[in-house]
Amino acid sequence: MESVAQTAFPWVVWVVAVLLIFQGVLMIVAYTVLAERKVLGWIQGRIGPNRVGPWGLLQPFADLLKFIFKEDLVPDKSSRFVYYLAPIVALTCALMPMVVYPFGPAITTVDWSFLPWHVGDGIHTLPLTVAQIDVGVLFVLGITSVGVYGIALAGWSSNSKYSLMGGLRSSAQMVSYELAMGAAVLGPVLLAGSLDLNRIIGAQIGSPWYMRWFIVPQFIAFVVFLIAAFAETNRVPFDLPEAETELVAGFHTEYSALKFALFFMAEYVNMFTVSVMVTVLFLGGWYVPGLSHLFEVGSIPYAIFSHIGFLIKICFFLFFYIWVRGTLPRFRFDQLMNFGWKFLLPVALINVIVTIVVVYFLNS
Amino acid sequence: MEPSLASYLALSGILFTIGATGVIFKRNAIGMFMCIELMLNAVNLTFVAFSRYYADVTGQLFVFMVMSVAAAEAAVGLGIIIAFYRNRVSVDVDDASILKN
Amino acid sequence: MVLSAVFFLFAGLAIASAISMVYHKNPLYSAISLIGVFVSLSCIYITLAAPFIAAVQVLIYAGAIMVLVVFVIMLLNLDDAPSLNRLHYLYGVGAGLGGILLIQTFFIFYAVLRAPNHAVAENQTVGKTLSIGSAMYTEYLLPVEIVGVLLLMAVIGAVILVRRLNQPELEKLVDEELTRRNEEDEIGDYRISI
Repeated sequence: MESVAQTAFPWVVWVVAVLLIFQGVLMIVAYTVLAERKVLGWIQGRIGPNRVGPWGLLQPFADLLKFIFKEDLVPDKSSRFVYYLAPIVALTCALMPMVVYPFGPAITTVDWSFLPWHVGDGIHTLPLTVAQIDVGVLFVLGITSVGVYGIALAGWSSNSKYSLMGGLRSSAQMVSYELAMGAAVLGPVLLAGSLDLNRIIGAQIGSPWYMRWFIVPQFIAFVVFLIAAFAETNRVPFDLPEAETELVAGFHTEYSALKFALFFMAEYVNMFTVSVMVTVLFLGGWYVPGLSHLFEVGSIPYAIFSHIGFLIKICFFLFFYIWVRGTLPRFRFDQLMNFGWKFLLPVALINVIVTIVVVYFLNS
Repeated sequence: MEPSLASYLALSGILFTIGATGVIFKRNAIGMFMCIELMLNAVNLTFVAFSRYYADVTGQLFVFMVMSVAAAEAAVGLGIIIAFYRNRVSVDVDDASILKN
Repeated sequence: MVLSAVFFLFAGLAIASAISMVYHKNPLYSAISLIGVFVSLSCIYITLAAPFIAAVQVLIYAGAIMVLVVFVIMLLNLDDAPSLNRLHYLYGVGAGLGGILLIQTFFIFYAVLRAPNHAVAENQTVGKTLSIGSAMYTEYLLPVEIVGVLLLMAVIGAVILVRRLNQPELEKLVDEELTRRNEEDEIGDYRISI
């Protein structure tokens, strides 16, 4: 019994961790939808939804019930397999990066031998990341690249002109801005010396005070990454492919009910992913400066308050997304592509070259 | 049974076979191109397997080169297919026979 | 035990996707199957302790090359390819080639199984980014630079190939070509025969 428990224990921990994170991300996404409607309402001089529950706090559940009970339409000549596959690919690729997010510092001061069957003996650290892989940044970038298929296949399989145009435009835009995003990411990676997200946060803890968060030396990369992130997630000002007045609803015109809910959720989970990446790469992730004076590093209260700090930074970026949506007009498609290729990518590459030169001379 | 070097090489060989027969059976230019990509990936798998079993990083570096060459080939090959399609509105490689006789 | 289960799972997925790719006539289904092959191979690279190559495989093959292929399929609106109905001997050639390659695969499998194998060198740093990066820029710098030049050539070539000339440029080009042909052969004036 003991040996069975001991071999099964890591798997049980991983499964429980993934389920917790999945639940957490979906809750954050649901309330981001509500927050968007309310914040947009306040920007536009009205109150958002406030009927369902106090201050509209139960609105996401009402939305979910509505999506489940809507009529499920399938266009006649569409290709059934691809039509059903597209939202699944979009949401799966949006949710997959959550296993590499560093949610907090490792907990090192707890002695785990109180667990039954001696499963906790010899374990000293509990990392708050599900998978600490060596190439975390590349993993997130790669999965985001595969997420383009959800949109391209959705546009094509709906067998409608609006969908195809919206899908192709959206995919072209996402592929173009992925390059700028990848080049912008190289700046913090060079400063940290590793592609591992935990090491990048570690480098921001150990830097001298004027470089404590990478946003200070890499401000250009921060701006480029933020702009590219807006384009990657198809949000204003880059949301021409799904704008209501231009292309009916773009690539998800022909999707109804729960399949549309999957696309909708995928967009918000992508926003969450990008907010996490911005926080980890440029704002120090879970590192709250000064917290190590209050609590012992590696203890549970330190981890909890670091995690809350992390969530506050992420929520600020989600608010920033919603704020920009309420404020800026949208780009025309050729302006968008020009901007991505002719301005943003060269700026990001110049930033990388300058960073390489500076790092080389600082290290030698 | 632990997967030894032989199992990885066998998998690579099977994928290469499927790609090679696909290149011959498919008459669609894009289909042939995709089968060639499959063959390149089978060879990549061989390189990575050898790199692991001899603890040499050269294998993985070569995989990187092969991927870059495949990307370059994809760009130019698809450009050729598009240019061909503009003239003949077909991507059947049997139609590309103007230079014959 | 876990490693072999994972390997057989993803090997089976890779082979099934590859066969599906060759089987389908619709190019989009073939493309989706090929993406499945790439993702399965990426998982197999992870079992081979090569995380960098696995991430780069998804990023480049599944995320960039296949996006190009899918774009081309959608833009050109390709339907199902017609079956081989003119070149029947190709069936024989294909079957023969496939048979020979399969026999070679089995031969290699049994030969490597029987070969005296030394233990897998437990070198944990071979697949990591640091070792690949340092090898790339010290010992293998020349191939990396050549690949850079190759990619530049590919970019320029692709842009030139699909360039659409507008009408005045097109007329000028045709005029120049006909003038050149007039000067080279003495068959006649090409410009008359329109």
